[in-house]
This record gives sequence, structure tokens and C-alpha cells, in this order.
Amino acid sequence: MIRAKTLQDLFKRYRRPGDIVFAWVFLAFSLFLLLNLDAQTATVKGTKWAAQPSFWPTVAVYTMVVFGALHLISSFVSPKLDGRWQEVGFWLRSFEFATWFMAYVILVPQLGYLPSTVLFTIVLTIRLGYPLHPFLGAAVALAVTVVVIFKSLLQVKVPGGQVYEYLPDALRSFMLTYF
Amino acid sequence: MDALLSGIELLARWDVLVALLIGSIGGVIIGAIPGVGAAVAIAILLPATFSLDPIVGLTILLGIYGSSMYGGALPAILINTPGTAVNALTTYDGYPMTKRGEARRALALAYSASFFGGIFSIVCLILLSPLLAMIAPHFGSREIFLAALLGIILVVLAHRGQVFAAGMLAGFGILLNSVGLEPIKYTRRFTFEQTWLNGGFDLIVVVLGLFALSQAFLLLVDKDNTPHPQPIEGSMFSNLKEIWLYKRVASAASGFGVLMGMIPGVGEFTAQFMSYTYAQKTSENPEAFGDGSPEGLIASEAANNAVPAAAMIPLLALGIPGEALTAMMLSVFYVHNVIPGPQLFQNQLDFVYALYIAMIILNVIVMIFLLFSTNFLTKVIQIPTRFLGVMILTLSFVGVYSLRNSVIDCAIASGFGILGLILKRLNLPLVPIILGMVLGGIMEAKLRTSMIRVKTPWDFVDRPIAAILALLIVFVLLMHVRTLRREHKDRIAETEHDHDVHTSQQG
Repeated sequence: MIRAKTLQDLFKRYRRPGDIVFAWVFLAFSLFLLLNLDAQTATVKGTKWAAQPSFWPTVAVYTMVVFGALHLISSFVSPKLDGRWQEVGFWLRSFEFATWFMAYVILVPQLGYLPSTVLFTIVLTIRLGYPLHPFLGAAVALAVTVVVIFKSLLQVKVPGGQVYEYLPDALRSFMLTYF
Repeated sequence: MDALLSGIELLARWDVLVALLIGSIGGVIIGAIPGVGAAVAIAILLPATFSLDPIVGLTILLGIYGSSMYGGALPAILINTPGTAVNALTTYDGYPMTKRGEARRALALAYSASFFGGIFSIVCLILLSPLLAMIAPHFGSREIFLAALLGIILVVLAHRGQVFAAGMLAGFGILLNSVGLEPIKYTRRFTFEQTWLNGGFDLIVVVLGLFALSQAFLLLVDKDNTPHPQPIEGSMFSNLKEIWLYKRVASAASGFGVLMGMIPGVGEFTAQFMSYTYAQKTSENPEAFGDGSPEGLIASEAANNAVPAAAMIPLLALGIPGEALTAMMLSVFYVHNVIPGPQLFQNQLDFVYALYIAMIILNVIVMIFLLFSTNFLTKVIQIPTRFLGVMILTLSFVGVYSLRNSVIDCAIASGFGILGLILKRLNLPLVPIILGMVLGGIMEAKLRTSMIRVKTPWDFVDRPIAAILALLIVFVLLMHVRTLRREHKDRIAETEHDHDVHTSQQG
């Protein structure tokens, strides 16, 4: 993983392919905020500048615009690095896993924490192409361990699933409390 | 003395001792797995500790914070992959030693240097406490504002080669803190008529997204990799005493760690850079550095382990975090109703001492654990990286969702997860965003209160500490201009730079 050639390289951060794409997007976002600064912040009469609600957003947005522009210029004048769009493709591939994560989030109040977590880890393990043996067992063990530690033992706030309502009374309250 | 005894009493509870054990051993294991690290672990566990007693919750997280770097040295030495970002320098000399068949010696040196650095900095912290208790009350709003401003300037300038990016991300952090309904005049800021933005961005949600979810996404999208370190044979006890041969380097490195840890925004990398440079310049064998030098290894490990305790100084005394982990710790303190700052040393000195003693105990536990469990850890780090991504994603859910059972929070965290992935891939720093959020909030509140008594700009710096801090800000900026001019003269060609993703820079 570590391939720095010199000590200077280890401590100094150098550009990577795709930096200009990010620099453009960041500057565009900063300029959008700058255009909306007056509309989205209030100036209250009879209040000192330091206590104005708009003061810190103004500082923040101007910092973003100035430094964002300088960052873009520095990317612009530096030699182009190959692999820009492959890198952007790598970023976009993360949306798939963000979607899986959100599906899991939506599923938990419906199916319950334990069933959703078991389902989530199994589906993701299969999606990643791991062989079922021994990874299916590992995925189930992971899900059960996480739920037991956090929900059963530490009692973190995760609501019980709606499907638990269909369980017999004794089992329902047990599942609602611990899983 | 009474405060010290009272501090010991606070710790003498079975639940605190269990927390210490879980925190320290858990921290070592987490640190040893490349791709997890203390930031991810603390982010995930933060909400889980909310229901615990303040001292119990803080002890677990402090344990993880203080012990992860011990574990991080193991893969750095055995497989040339640092367990945590700050162990990157350890690979320089640790891995060549492994290749020479000296893995056991390298590990023993790394562990003993880490222990030396850890204990050294806690002793410094204890010795400095009376002084801090004396000085801290002289920090009013102006001084805290200036210290926070100095912190944010330092965190931007410390990112050498990426100062513009660090500046724009710090600005973004300040913006994130200001979004939502502000509590003084009750006006909305950048909410765009969206009710979900009225509450603003929760620091913990942002931290979880930027550190934990981004790491999960990164591991899941990237190619699978399973490290296979060789087991270590023989006992490590015999190599531990070798540290005494290098006590000069270990002491100097720990000293740099303490000094750099105390300054907000600087942290482990600068401490390591200075201690490594010092060790190399004063060594009788400077050409061995980078090729398996025990002194280089000690300089790296002693310096990075001296930082956590020292970083607690500005956090506890002034309520100002110096880096991402202490920023997370600050939110832990707030959640547990312990408000770091000048009053903490005056009113809850026993609590402060309890934290110091907990840090000493955790260093001892970690050392004992490591001496007997190195081979166990080599098995733990063999988890395939994409499966590790599944683990982090599953654990991240608990962290985000248990905060308020909010789907919106999870969506926001996912968004920050993608942003974090992009920043990590681009070698851009995440820390300025977090410090921008935390220090932005502190600066806003302190500037507002301090300006009430300020009539002319000079009034702002008419107290000695405020004047010193203002001069320090000017000095730091001037020094940066000087460094820029020097670097411009000695620059190397763009094509000679290393454009790979650096593990050392994922934070």
C-alpha cells in the first residue's frame, strides 16, 4: 500500500487523477452558495457584525470560493494525469453500496434489526462474489454478533420490526426488546 | 493529592475496569486491521456509549484512541501496510527489518517505543496539570477564539502541498456548522426551505459518513486483498530491553510528540517528521534510515504514541480539539455532560486525574496483551478487505441509526461517505472539514461574546495571552510564507512526485 519514494513524499500530499473534476465541482458548488448567500442568510438590524447570523456563513462561503478557485487554478496549471475518467468511474461505483446501505436502513423498521442485518450481510457477501463456504457462515455470524452486542447487550436505540407484531405475545416482546 | 485519590476512586469500579479492558484490547485489534483505524471505530462506537456513565463511555473511547497505534505497528512491520495512517512511517524501517528476518525485534522495539512514548506523554500531562489549572482560567472568550483560529490556520497550513484544498475544506466545515436554525436570532441559514435542514448537520453523522462509511465504500469498491503475514516465533521479552540502548532517540521523539500534540491542528505527522529527521541527523548510522534502522522505527512509534495524551491538553484545558479524533472526543464529552475548558480543571480535577490514570493503565494492559497475542493479531488481520467493508457498513448502521432512528441521518451520512471516498482517493484531507465544523462553532460563539466588550481592534489583544496568541498567528503565517519560498527554490519536478493513494494521508 505504501509506495512513497522519499520522506518528503510521505508527508506531502500530491495530486491524483480526477482532481480537476473535483475542483470544478467544488468551485461550482461554492459559487452556487455565494449566489444564494443573501437569500439564505439574514441580517438583523441593530446587531453588531460579529453577532450577525450571516457573518459566519459569509466567512465560510468566501473561504470556499477563494481557496476553491486557487485549488482549481493549481490543478489547471499542473500537468494532466492519466486515468481521470476511470477515477471518476471509481467514485460513481460507490453509489451502488450507498444504495445497498439505504435499502438496509429502510428495511430495518419493517423486518426488524436481526432479520434485516442477516439478510443485508448475506446479500452483500453474495454480491461481492465470495464463495458461500465459509463466507455465508461468516456473514450470519457477523450479523448475529453485531445485533447481540449492540441491541441485546448495549440496548442501543433501534426500533423493533413491524413484522414482529405478527409473532405470539411472549416472543414478540422478547424480539422487540433484544433483536 | 485529594483530587488524585478521588480520581483513583472514580476508576475503582468494575464497569470502568471492564471498559478499560475492552477499549484497550479492542483498540489494538482495530488498529491492527488495515483499513479500520481508531477514527472509524470511535465514530461507530460513539452513539453506543451514550447510555453509559460518562467515565465508562469515555474510558472505552479513550482506550481505543490510545491503543490503536500500538496495533497499527504490527501490519506496518509485517506486511508493509500501516494499520492506522500514523503508522505509515513505521513501514520505512519496520518492514526492511522483517525482510532481514528481524520481525520479532522490530515488533518488540515498536511496542516498547510506543509504551515509552505513551507513558512519557502522560507523565508530562500530569506534571503540567497544576500549571494548566493555573493558566486555563485566564482564557476568556477572546483567548479561546484566538486559540481556535490558530488551530484552524495550523490545520490548513499543516497539509503541505494541499493548503488550498485544506483551506476550502475547512471553509466547508465552517459552513456545515452554520447550516440550520441558529440559536441566537432564530433565523435560518442555508436551509433552502427544506425542513430536514433546519436542524443542521450533526457532527457525529458527518464524522460517521466521512470516516466510517467512506472507508466501507472504499474497501467495497476496491479490489479484494487478503494479507498473509508470517507468524512470529519466540518470546518478545528478550528484545524489550533494547529500547534502553536508544533512550535518547525515544525521549526526543516522545518530546516532539508531546510538543506537537499540544498544538492544535498539528498532530502525529509533524511530530513524526521532526523526530525522524532529528534521529537521522544525530545518528551514527544515518544511511540505515529507511532501510531497517531501529532508531528510525523508535523515532516513529514513540512520537506517534506520545501525541494522544498531549492532544488531550488543549481539549481538556480549553475545549479545543487539535485533530479529528479529539474533535470526536469533544462530542463524547458534551454528550456525557462533561464540558472541557478552564472550568473542568477548577471544578472536576478528580475527573481529569481519573482520565490520566486510565491512560496509564491502558498502556500497561496493551503492552501485556501485545506480548502474548501477536500471533493472534496476525490471524485477525487476514480478513479479506471487501468483507471488512461489509463489517464496517453493518457497524456504521448502528452508529448512525441509533442516534435518532432517522433515515435522513443515514442518507446524509451516505452522502458524506461518498464525499469521504472521493477525498481519500484524491489524497485530500478530511480533518479540516471536522475541525472546521467544531472550531467554527467555537469561534462563532466566542467571537460573539468577546466583541461585547471590544470597542477598538486593539482591545481584542490587550490581555497578555490574547496578545501572545495573536502574535503566534502572525508568526505562523510569516513562517509559512518563508517555507513556501524555500520550497519553491528546492522543488522537484511534477513527474517525480508519487501520485499513488497514500495510506498515510487518509485522514
